[in-house]
Amino acid sequence: MTTMTDPPNDQGFRLSQLIYDTRYRSATIQVIALIAFMVIAAFLVRNTITNLSALGKDIDFGFLFSRAAYDINQKLIPYSSNDPHWRAALVGLLNTLLVAILGCILATVIGVVAGVLRLSNNWLTARIMTVYVESFRNIPVLLWILAFMAVLSESLPSPRAFRGEEAEASMWLWNTIAVTNRGTYIPAPVWGPGSAIVVVIFLLSLLAIWAFGKWSQRRFEATGHLLPNFWIKLAILVGPTLLVYLLLGRPVAFSLPELAGFNFSGGIHLRNSMLALWLALSFYTGAFIAEIVRSGILAISKGQTEAAYALGLRPSRTMNLVILPQALRVIIPPLISQYLNLTKNSSLALAVGYMDLRSTLGGTTLNTTGRELESMLLMMLIYLVVSLVISSGMNFYNKTVRLKER
Amino acid sequence: MQEHTSAAFVRKQMLDQQPPPRMQVGAARWVRENLFSSWFNGILTLVSIYVIFLVLRPALPWLLGGVWNAGSLVECRQILTERFGNTHHACWAVLTERWNQLIYGFYPSSQYWRANLAFVLMLFAIAPVLFDRLPRRMLWFTVAFPFLMVWLVWGGPIWGPLSVAVGFALGGLAFKLADRFNSMAISAIAAVVVALAWWLFAGPPVVTDLSRIAPLGALPRVDSRELGGFMICLIIGISGIALSLPIGIILALGRQSDLFIVKTICVGFIEFIRGVPLITLLFTASLLLNYFLPPGTTFDLTLRVIIMVTLFASAYMAEVIRGGLAALPKGQYEAADALGLDYWKAQRLIIMPQALKISIPGIVNTFIGLFKDTTLVMFIGIYDMLGLSNAIRANAAWNGIYWELFIFIGLVFWICCFAMSRYSQWLERRLRTDHR
Repeated sequence: MTTMTDPPNDQGFRLSQLIYDTRYRSATIQVIALIAFMVIAAFLVRNTITNLSALGKDIDFGFLFSRAAYDINQKLIPYSSNDPHWRAALVGLLNTLLVAILGCILATVIGVVAGVLRLSNNWLTARIMTVYVESFRNIPVLLWILAFMAVLSESLPSPRAFRGEEAEASMWLWNTIAVTNRGTYIPAPVWGPGSAIVVVIFLLSLLAIWAFGKWSQRRFEATGHLLPNFWIKLAILVGPTLLVYLLLGRPVAFSLPELAGFNFSGGIHLRNSMLALWLALSFYTGAFIAEIVRSGILAISKGQTEAAYALGLRPSRTMNLVILPQALRVIIPPLISQYLNLTKNSSLALAVGYMDLRSTLGGTTLNTTGRELESMLLMMLIYLVVSLVISSGMNFYNKTVRLKER
Repeated sequence: MQEHTSAAFVRKQMLDQQPPPRMQVGAARWVRENLFSSWFNGILTLVSIYVIFLVLRPALPWLLGGVWNAGSLVECRQILTERFGNTHHACWAVLTERWNQLIYGFYPSSQYWRANLAFVLMLFAIAPVLFDRLPRRMLWFTVAFPFLMVWLVWGGPIWGPLSVAVGFALGGLAFKLADRFNSMAISAIAAVVVALAWWLFAGPPVVTDLSRIAPLGALPRVDSRELGGFMICLIIGISGIALSLPIGIILALGRQSDLFIVKTICVGFIEFIRGVPLITLLFTASLLLNYFLPPGTTFDLTLRVIIMVTLFASAYMAEVIRGGLAALPKGQYEAADALGLDYWKAQRLIIMPQALKISIPGIVNTFIGLFKDTTLVMFIGIYDMLGLSNAIRANAAWNGIYWELFIFIGLVFWICCFAMSRYSQWLERRLRTDHR
């Protein structure tokens, strides 16, 4: 394209320049786009207002402060049916976050193990993992959730089977965990006097581990001497807490689940709905994470391993110092979107009756108050915020492992 | 020098070639290398064999010893008790009795041929898109197919779908006529305005009159709520896939563009859609969409779902294609500029083909995800296969049957999704232009 250095200025501005002149065209397009966008938005808003007023409704979030009048079977914070709707929504949100966090952790573990095993040079193990990945990836997650729910509620023994001298079923791990078709019961901590000190000491030792890691790394870089990091960290983790725990006379006890009447009592009751959702989401997302891990490891050329061996590094150190840092760069961005997917898929809790945000705010609250627009808006907003928080957090982590370019 | 009395030996004739040691050939070598190359590998093998044994021992008799003909679960169990003395076997009879429901939903059984015909025609319609060795003229049928499918599946006179097609044709004509202004924007606006004018004002009276005067090809009407099963998943999935690709391309271009306002709108849309679960959008479709439309407008629920699923998939598609665009070397853009191509020509001839080729795996993954997500329509009262499995279980005859239905549904989805991913790998290999 030839450029004219001094355009003829005697013609003035013509209207057609808005289209033909590249100097003005982009502005024209933008203005048209903006107008079109505003027209569509105005059309939607106007319709909504007309329709709502025709129904005798208005947009009002006041319903959030009225009495909810429904129960939630699983709650992390105190809640009763006398509490307002916003608190019900909060309980739901916490339930969503609980299953999302637990799911992300388990899915990562499953995914890393399956991804590494799929690359294993053991033919049989690699095939088993291929079957796992392909079957979970190609079948809808909703089906998996329903299937896990069916396993838990149909094929596990009922609490009655644990009764009697010659019971058909027995508890796991030295009579501490009861797995039944009404849910799983695990030991619950009972916080006695002085238990706060134990918790504080435990948190402090976590901090100490972190500080020790920093210090030992600096020492290693300065002197080249390597401490037995793992054992020292383990000692810091266990030692002080155990000592204080024993000194204070065992303030934290555990209440074990016991068979009482028709059901178990004591301990923490993990509902089947939660377990099914958690396991199904973890195994489903784990299959995707396995593929991500596999492609991340494959993306590192074999020469890197060979170079590390040539330098005399042991296989474990090669993995930690050479392969993993590079593979993480490939792995983390898709991993973020898998975590997001898992969080969003937790809204399928509805299928098994787990009371998450969608079942409280977007379910019972919406139905009893009839405030569809407000509830849906609020729910979408909350999911949006959660997603943005996850992605910005993981992106921050991504920045720390990213290739430092000069 | 002293003479050595060594028994020097020089072979006079060549030895025949010997076979390698038995441990180094065939199955034995394969087993040694792949299963027992080290002690850890050996343990892994034993654990794997144990896992396979654990899974297959109960599963195989259960799968193979199933009953295929019975009227109810109770009857099934009676037959099993007579035959094996226990009931630890599958009761496939539920599939024998209800397979048509799982596939067609509540579609009237006298009209199954229409659904079948639409399915076969669909295979013909997508074949030229999938395989470029087929004659290009078949693409005309691909263009005509959506209207044909709507007419076949929902029934009614042929004039309705035809009028929608006429709208597209008029829009295309307006696009061609506005070509002489040499601006993509003007052409696009002209096309949209003409098409909308036909669909909203001119078309409906013509259709009503024609249907009254000449009710040509009037098939019995089938309501949307009678659709279901695998059929509804296929309809929603295929429509969403076909519609989301072009919208996704436009969104991706918008996101990459230098125009601030266009870019902001696209980024806002994509981030919003990607931040909320599909299920909230489906609920919006079923609860709220009527609020956003002019009073008195009623929309078919299936259509609403298709719109929402399309919007949802487009946002993901846009991100995938954006990745492809970003992966293109800058030289390609510069080459297009150097040839003097304008923006749209450069996109169409140089940028998009390469960007799409790079993003094939991502695109197919989005398609697979979209197809699997069609099961979520269960939550808004459309009876897809999962919804129907609940409905079948609600019947007293089949109460308590889970695995047979789950396995059937899972198998259907598995075959479709696995075929899609295999196709994408094939396409990737075929389009590979680097010489490796």
